Amino acid sequence: MSADVGRAGQAPATTIRGAALRGVLARPGLEAVRNRGWLAAHKWLLLRRLSQLGILALFLVGPWFGIWVVKGNLSSSLTLGVLPLTDPFLLAQSFAAGVLPYKEALLGGGIVLAFYLVFGGRLFCSWVCPVNLVTDAAAWLRRRLGLKGGKAPDARLRYWLLGFVLVVAALTGSLAWEWVNPVSMLHRGLIFGFGLAWGVVGGVFLYDLLIASRGWCGHVCPMGAFYSLLGRTALVRVSADKRGKCNDCMDCFAVCPEPQVIRPALKAAGQTHPLILDRDCTTCGRCVDVCGQDVFRITTRFDRSES
Amino acid sequence: MSELTNTGRDGKATPARRRFLKEVAGVAGGACLFAAGVGLYSRQASALPATALRPPGALAEDDFLGACVRCGLCVRDCPYDTLKLAELGDGVVTGTPYFEARKVACEMCDDIPCVVACPTGALDRSLNDIEKARMGLAVLIDQETCLNFLGLRCDVCYRVCPVIDRAITLERIHNPRSDRHAMLLPTVHSDHCTGCGKCEAACVLPGESAIKVLPIKLAQGSRAEHYRRGWEEKEAAGGSLIGDQIELPVRGMEDQPYGDTRLRTPPQRPAAPSGSDAAPPPGGLDSGWKP
Repeated sequence: MSADVGRAGQAPATTIRGAALRGVLARPGLEAVRNRGWLAAHKWLLLRRLSQLGILALFLVGPWFGIWVVKGNLSSSLTLGVLPLTDPFLLAQSFAAGVLPYKEALLGGGIVLAFYLVFGGRLFCSWVCPVNLVTDAAAWLRRRLGLKGGKAPDARLRYWLLGFVLVVAALTGSLAWEWVNPVSMLHRGLIFGFGLAWGVVGGVFLYDLLIASRGWCGHVCPMGAFYSLLGRTALVRVSADKRGKCNDCMDCFAVCPEPQVIRPALKAAGQTHPLILDRDCTTCGRCVDVCGQDVFRITTRFDRSES
Repeated sequence: MSELTNTGRDGKATPARRRFLKEVAGVAGGACLFAAGVGLYSRQASALPATALRPPGALAEDDFLGACVRCGLCVRDCPYDTLKLAELGDGVVTGTPYFEARKVACEMCDDIPCVVACPTGALDRSLNDIEKARMGLAVLIDQETCLNFLGLRCDVCYRVCPVIDRAITLERIHNPRSDRHAMLLPTVHSDHCTGCGKCEAACVLPGESAIKVLPIKLAQGSRAEHYRRGWEEKEAAGGSLIGDQIELPVRGMEDQPYGDTRLRTPPQRPAAPSGSDAAPPPGGLDSGWKP
């Protein structure tokens, strides 16, 4: 039964992409809560929020309480006075603008680049990026309110935008994207003060809520596209290893920020193993949480076992 | 989906391929327009307000905007909370560091911690002597309100200057209003002014300062290189380039050194008109007034 669901031409209610994109399910994960309890059914979500807010807290205990763990912001930071970390996407823009930064920035960028290359590029999006809180909130509200309208741009838009952002940096000789980048603006705003940057963040929220489902993170953000490109060799991956138990409830598609990545693994479409290897997968673990049948788990890319 | 892989036998695009190309063109065009808009906006918005000063060692503004990653490490290491990151709406490029001299001036730390903290070189580490910093140039911009120009001895800008007697000097000139006092005019010298803004911050005027630190581009005229300054040429050559000049005598000053045109004796005045006791009030450089 389960293997045929994804094939085009089946009953519309079970067309995977259609159902997920239309947001049919207002409250996915109820079955999982019933089966495993609320806490276990929100394990990865809670861990992810802990990571997002914890990283933010590390930046904030300095200016708020004078305990300096991390100085700076996600663009570039110095931890405990020794560890430099720099956003490689920013460095790429800098290079495009014709600037060769000091070795601290290069070293910091190298460390971050290596981390995401090894563990998975879009871990940044789901475990670190503060905009994820905003767009997750918009997606949650969109589901609860049953908003189905709007039009999301093509998901390739972000890669084109990434290319053009670098072109514009080269043409203007400046980090042009940083004038509007909601990601760095939100994080910097939380730490150094917002000004009118609330407007940009609010714009992203409303765009995701009213115009495009998962629009910003899934279709537009060139920073996410950059980290996607680092995801080809990601070590940490989600596996649908118990896909035989799938009862086609569609909960995972409803919560997944990149619903198109699930089908190849879950429905063996174009691949035989149950690993989600798509570079767009953010390894957020929401599918693991909401599945009432425990189909998914987080594992490594070398674990192709199926049970 | 299989349609997408179909190619016309004779190389012509099938409808599916045409649709695909159309989609790609649409997405690429949209992204290009968006990016172009961002680029134009960034050019438009990159003008720095005259009151916003960059930290010491900052590259020229165009280069600075390519190098600064808006991380705020310079702000964090500024011990006096002088520097801040621009917020959207401040009029300064969002996220870049600046300070406003009238609010908090740069204290000119010897170790220049903000420059040391910068990971990208937007603040240039070749600046290792804070007195060589050129954050801007002080200009005594309003002579109508400056207390020293009114003849008072305020001198506050001069006293607070960290490079006192070199960046700001007090130049003594005659006060034509009272005609018997001096005015000591604060005078900025671009050779030594670092643009720290202490003078602007300290100016005692209640609102706007009479002395302001401006971007050097605004504060300074371009030097006219085709004019040679006689006194500089003379010093460089060790003597006058055109030889000694003939000293023509000046009537009534024959006993004074050449060039000294000061009057030693009060000039004869016409007698007061009869019937009037008071002579008309004297004027001129040396009025002959005695207490």
